[in-house]
Amino acid sequence: MNEAPIELRYATSHEWARLEDGVVTVGITDFAQEALGDVVYVEQPEVGQQAQAGEEIGVVESVKAAVDVYAPVSGVVVEVNDDLDDAPELVNHEPYGDGWFYRLRPDDPEAVDDLLDADAYLEHCEQESGD
Amino acid sequence: MNDAHTPLYESHLQLGARMTPFAGWAMPLHYGSQLAEHHQVRRAAGMFDVSHMTVIDVAGEGAREFLRRVFANDVAKATPGKAVYGVLLNDAGGIIDDLIVYGRAAGQPGGYRLVTNAATRRRVVEWLGQSAANHAVSIRERPDLAIIACQGPHALRLFTAATAVDVSGLRPFGALEHDAWLVARTGYTGEDGVEAILPGEQAADLWRRLHAAGVAPTGLAARDTLRLEAGLNLCGQDMDETTTPLESNLAWSVAWAPADRAFIGRESLARQRSAKPAQRLCGIVLEGKGVLRHGNRVITDHGTGAITSGTFSPTLGYSIGLARVPRGAQGRCTVELRGKSTAARPALIVKPPFVRHGRRVYQ
Repeated sequence: MNEAPIELRYATSHEWARLEDGVVTVGITDFAQEALGDVVYVEQPEVGQQAQAGEEIGVVESVKAAVDVYAPVSGVVVEVNDDLDDAPELVNHEPYGDGWFYRLRPDDPEAVDDLLDADAYLEHCEQESGD
Repeated sequence: MNDAHTPLYESHLQLGARMTPFAGWAMPLHYGSQLAEHHQVRRAAGMFDVSHMTVIDVAGEGAREFLRRVFANDVAKATPGKAVYGVLLNDAGGIIDDLIVYGRAAGQPGGYRLVTNAATRRRVVEWLGQSAANHAVSIRERPDLAIIACQGPHALRLFTAATAVDVSGLRPFGALEHDAWLVARTGYTGEDGVEAILPGEQAADLWRRLHAAGVAPTGLAARDTLRLEAGLNLCGQDMDETTTPLESNLAWSVAWAPADRAFIGRESLARQRSAKPAQRLCGIVLEGKGVLRHGNRVITDHGTGAITSGTFSPTLGYSIGLARVPRGAQGRCTVELRGKSTAARPALIVKPPFVRHGRRVYQ
């Protein structure tokens, strides 16, 4: 059901982050896509934009609701996933794969380590569902 | 969770439905993908458990006169085997609920069957009760009955194939009674189809038969996108006791003739009609990205209005909505998405419906 790959790091606002070769790839989690239902639009940041950790940087809209997407760490956006323009359903089908949102070059690569690990994130999800 | 269960509750769980509380009921939101369910209804056939809706039987020698008084459409049109859509109004002409009235064959059981909304149940039952003083009527809720809607271009054929009830000869808004079933060619999707009102203990069997015949279980989420594409109002969201049918794109459902029929709300409504209502309910189409949502501000050249219902239209591939706007507003407008003036987007005022029988119909 609610999956959270062990090699990723997570924000409490339900983004995941993967640090690879000095670049952080960001998407929304399985828990988030499941709660949203069918995604129909993704509003992405601009390449070159400076992102601040914890600040909104995009919007994901499902048939049901619109929610802001936050930057899990600070940095400069270097790439956005244009495939989501034509195929927003990738967010539902492959939240940790082809459904990624954007990539940024972090101001401080170690900031990624300060995010939640998979176990802590799943625990956070459980608490939210229990509310 | 103390939400009530319909007779199909177990069927939904077996199908892996995501359940959601709705007006005090545990109802299926979707069975996997609301988009897939939406398309299935537009292209083939889907079925909905709408047993949460309120079924009320009105009988007795005063039944017709009573309904001519409380129903803004003329129940004289609900002859046996016919269904009529309309609204219940308060004295100020505000909409208490919208409903379908089914005329039943004379004799046993005779009278009329009303199907009203789930969310308004208490108010409607109370209102009918207090309005029935001085009328020789019996008003009886029927919580023992279930309702299954089977909708889509293949719905009539599949329903007939799956049951002992041949609905192929039913006209739109026609109804037939077969044993304890009442089956009518009505719906809330903008597609052809039927709604079957039947004893609760028979509902799971009908559900199973329809499913086996190829009718896809469809949840409340798709029901909402389908009804909105069809330009059909949701009571409590697009209209309520503070808005009249003239302000809700439902003027057509008010029967002014005969002039001496004194239905509740008539005087207030007549005054509003001659003074011209200040606002009306229209359709909105959003050009470009984003989704219209309830409450978004709509800025027109005649003043400001608000989205009452908004969604992404799976059939059209962009967002549509209903909005209450100043009467003269038309053409281009601006909608503030997500309640933010920084997310203002150009949109277009149109006349609903947006989709009928799977195709775009607005101009």
